[in-house]
Amino acid sequence: MEIFLNGLRQALALIFSMDPNLLEIVRLSLLVSGAAMFIAALLGLPAGLLLGLKDFPGKRVVVAVVYTGMGLPPVVVGLTIYLLLSRQGPLGQLAWLFTPKAMIAAQTILALPLIIGFTMTAVAAIPSALVMQLRSLGATRRQIVLTLLYEARAGVLAALIAGFGAIISEVGSVLIVGGNIEHKTRVLTTAIVLETRKGNFSLAIALGIILLTITFSANWLLLHLQGRLDPRQ
Amino acid sequence: MDPILRLEHIRHGYGDHFLLKIPELTILAGEIFAVVGPSGAGKSTLLRLMNYLEKPQHGQVYYHGQAYTPGNLPIDLRRKMTTVFQQPLLLNASVWQNVGYGLRVRGSRNGHEAVRRALEEVRLTHLSKQPASQLSGGEAQRVSLARALVLNPEVLFLDEPTANLDPSNVRIIEEIIRKANLERKATVVLVTHNIWQARRLAHRVALLYDGEIIESAPTTDFFHQPQDSRTSAFLSGELIY
Repeated sequence: MEIFLNGLRQALALIFSMDPNLLEIVRLSLLVSGAAMFIAALLGLPAGLLLGLKDFPGKRVVVAVVYTGMGLPPVVVGLTIYLLLSRQGPLGQLAWLFTPKAMIAAQTILALPLIIGFTMTAVAAIPSALVMQLRSLGATRRQIVLTLLYEARAGVLAALIAGFGAIISEVGSVLIVGGNIEHKTRVLTTAIVLETRKGNFSLAIALGIILLTITFSANWLLLHLQGRLDPRQ
Repeated sequence: MDPILRLEHIRHGYGDHFLLKIPELTILAGEIFAVVGPSGAGKSTLLRLMNYLEKPQHGQVYYHGQAYTPGNLPIDLRRKMTTVFQQPLLLNASVWQNVGYGLRVRGSRNGHEAVRRALEEVRLTHLSKQPASQLSGGEAQRVSLARALVLNPEVLFLDEPTANLDPSNVRIIEEIIRKANLERKATVVLVTHNIWQARRLAHRVALLYDGEIIESAPTTDFFHQPQDSRTSAFLSGELIY
């Protein structure tokens, strides 16, 4: 119990002192997970929409792959990216290994199936005849897509919440491809691992509390948005 | 009256089974044209072909004398016609936002007055801020009608607009349809299995049976002097299907 209280005290002290090391770690965590979320949403929302609306040969296989991807072990993703980006790997010349770019790539792959899967489920729940109704009301293809995403907004926001929650808190892949290098690739989760290994439990807990606060704030923001978009509220 | 829509040599269905076989059908500008027939006769499919929501396997659909398909119908022409489906299919938004949807996609900036008028016409001004999900079936269908009326369509397609509604809502909706035709000068194509509704509203009526237009005639002739024995049987409720 004392360790937790010390951790809480230290977390508050670190936050209020605006510790530059901590700020650097938080900034990099948000940058890596934020960029990964942006790319995953850019690819995942249209893909989820397509899978939710269209039938095509082999769709079941694609859906099964997406569902499998929703449970991808981060360490396996990290290992795969590591092998691809290592000097002898097919993408070795990019020289991304042990840089934030590699961490963003790994987290994008982790978030992508979650965003596709949740969006697909949300869109599939919309009556298919609505597309015909919107076309009949004069909406263009682009307007129909945007309207359907808006109609599925609760599910789409859930997709974003699930995606962000999964990557901001994961440690396996960023540790493997980022290497937890101070001032370069150290993020909150890898810093927690390091401090725990060093026996610095109070600092580890402090970092954990900060991580939870960030996750909670992001979810609160999305839930607030979800509420504002709901015509019943 | 000039022809506004014309179907020629239509054969449409799934695979080799043709659900619709219509050699020729013309809708005249300014009329209310009702298509009656039993369930499963192909009435809704016919409406989707006319509104360019589905492409016929064979044949052409002409609009103002020009043949188009759903793929090549210019957006400004698509926006001259709209459909009210049997299911209201409202968006998860307020009544006001639903009614204004078609105007918003057209980029209209002065839609406020039009939405207000349309809501007044369907007698739902008091529910304008209500979420559409909380409406009764009749109210939802009236919102769906207002959403179409606000666009001032040249052609208004109605697919069983009063199916499963109570008499009071049926009366209100029929009044709206009549006004849309008389005051807004909309050509109305109404699909219904309710022959009495067709008789009350339409200038001309056609019987669609098993994918074929059996008979098409001015309403009085259709009901009083049917030319085909199947029309007589349908009107008397003796047609077996």
